[in-house]
Amino acid sequence: MVGKTLFEKIWDKHVVKTMPDGTVLLYIDRHLVHEVTSPQAFEGLRMAKRAVRRPDLSFATMDHNVPTTTEDRMTIRDPISAAQVEALRTNCKEFGVNLYDLQSDHQGIVHIIGPEMGITVPGLTMVCGDSHTSTHGAFGTLAFGIGTSEVEHVLATQTLRQSKPKTFRVEFTGKLQKGVYSKDMILKLIGLIGTAGGTGYVIEYAGEAVRALSMEARMTICNMSIEGGARAGMIAPDDTTYEYIAAKDRPFAPKGEAFDRAVEYWRSLPSDPDAEFDRVLTIEADKIAPQVTWGTNPGMVVDVTDRVPDPHSVPGHSVKDVEQALAYMGLSPGTPMTEIPLDTIFIGSCTNARIEDLRTVSGIIKGRKKADSVRVIVVPGSQQVRKQAEAEGIDKVFIDAGAEWRHAGCSMCLGMNPDQLKPGERCASTSNRNFEGRQGKGGRTHLVSPEMAAAALLEGHFVDIRNWAA
Amino acid sequence: MEAFSSHRGVVATLDRANVDTDQIIPKQFLKSIKRTGFGESLFFDWRYGDDGKPNPAFELNQPAFAGASILVTRNNFGCGSSREHAVWAVAQYGFKAVIAPWQDRNGSRVPGFADIFRNNCVKNGLLTIELSEAEVDQLFDWVERFPGVEATVDLEEQRVILHMDEEVAFHFDVDPVVKEHLIRGLDDIALTLEHEADITSFEQQHETQLHA
Ligand code: SF4
Repeated sequence: MVGKTLFEKIWDKHVVKTMPDGTVLLYIDRHLVHEVTSPQAFEGLRMAKRAVRRPDLSFATMDHNVPTTTEDRMTIRDPISAAQVEALRTNCKEFGVNLYDLQSDHQGIVHIIGPEMGITVPGLTMVCGDSHTSTHGAFGTLAFGIGTSEVEHVLATQTLRQSKPKTFRVEFTGKLQKGVYSKDMILKLIGLIGTAGGTGYVIEYAGEAVRALSMEARMTICNMSIEGGARAGMIAPDDTTYEYIAAKDRPFAPKGEAFDRAVEYWRSLPSDPDAEFDRVLTIEADKIAPQVTWGTNPGMVVDVTDRVPDPHSVPGHSVKDVEQALAYMGLSPGTPMTEIPLDTIFIGSCTNARIEDLRTVSGIIKGRKKADSVRVIVVPGSQQVRKQAEAEGIDKVFIDAGAEWRHAGCSMCLGMNPDQLKPGERCASTSNRNFEGRQGKGGRTHLVSPEMAAAALLEGHFVDIRNWAA
Repeated sequence: MEAFSSHRGVVATLDRANVDTDQIIPKQFLKSIKRTGFGESLFFDWRYGDDGKPNPAFELNQPAFAGASILVTRNNFGCGSSREHAVWAVAQYGFKAVIAPWQDRNGSRVPGFADIFRNNCVKNGLLTIELSEAEVDQLFDWVERFPGVEATVDLEEQRVILHMDEEVAFHFDVDPVVKEHLIRGLDDIALTLEHEADITSFEQQHETQLHA
């Protein structure tokens, strides 16, 4: 018998029933909920007089709409945002769902608080009405985003009707160069396969360079699986995973004997050596340079040492698409990426706003000032991250450098709260999407790693951080 | 959900690839807690000028596309976030079907629609149709030559028929599960709840690994 992949092992364990049409009813172990994609789902339940089947497996927080300044946080001025946040409160109360509200120590971006609290562990099925649910796959769990109708379906039945996706193994061989990080690995992959390249697949990331990554760096890779079109990305659990889970107070993670038993099970999850994948790709990690996007989708990306491309020379994109993207971005072909002047630096989002990200940036900028030309906004991914950073004095480093130190939320990753770019403003962002208008109407986004953001913050432009001395 | 079998209407073209959900419905409209009222905001940033008036340069604002109910566009439509608001906006604008090309990239077939978007379409009775790039190019050509041309999308027969002096028809493939779902206009939750006993017995032997 041929071996099974990590994905197949988890999938098989969660099949409640196979339907005559070949789809399966898949059991869902964790359901994360936020304010934007859930109100219509709760309303649907109410209209049909249905209950939430497993409120104990459902966890909610507010992150998208939340203002991140101390003054505005508790009293949301925008009445429509306030109503949406209020609706989540009412719904969680009425249906008995766990809620980490604004005054909670655990409030934060839903994909940051899950791992932080031990809600995310290996071997689960996890969903959320949010495409970056793929983040949790870093633990060796099957996690994917769903729409609001499916949110309602999970609330009502704790299952989803699914067709089995295909499997795609991406192996990163060798070691990363100094100054190159997991963000660069995933941007490189998306550049290679395109933003639809992973559609229909679950990606498993493997190889020496992946194994060497911390849990937080792994989450960055899995987080952006969806930018490559894949609903889910996974990394097999290993000692790094178990240490992360055991390290701190994670209220929902197994402890003591239960933890030991869990680890024993988790060790059976990695793909068998003879498991077969529908597609495989190998990337030499040692050849990856720091990546910077130049266009309006994450596949429009180059090495920092490259130039803004010619519209005729971008594989996978039509000349018209590239011209449109360059016009929107206000860039001309041939401009070195390192000569593009920046206005804003955003350090935040579920991709790169965990404590390690903030430590890395503050380590680079410590004792220095931001470039005069830039505004810098630092938004920790959760209140826990903020607290930890403050305990380590990281907030001071940012404030002394001239940055704004905020409370947790999605913030300028999508600008649903007051944090937005103005038309024409150019931002180096540690987030995940450089779509037109994503960070504010007319705003121009360049996706980068936190380290590149740190360098850009000091210099006012991108630099090849492999041979750059802060 | 309303059942879908066949629909005839005006075809509109949107000549852009990788149209993402932030373009389909920008963030400010995601704050609504209702399921309706999104049609007005479809493609908002492209569709309206800074003065709030329709932008005449935007494809869908052409008079010939008024009342269009079939959208033809390029690859990877609906990429980005999971917001079902994007599908609500497309459907509430009046579209019943969206057509986009699948692509061949190094021998593997890349779907014309992003995964979550396509899934959300099924839940809302919006038909997504994948044709080859050459066929979609042809559709663009015909619509350019005959703006306002009507087409029929026939789900039963799996055909798109362009109504011109001489009719042009394209066959499309569709996942049988999706086809059945749309044609019968099924309510997913009610269907799943028929398996309640299976879910309960599964739960009794299943370890969710939650420790509190
Ligand atoms: S930080 Fe950005 S990508 Fe992540 S959940 Fe929030 S809005 Fe979505």
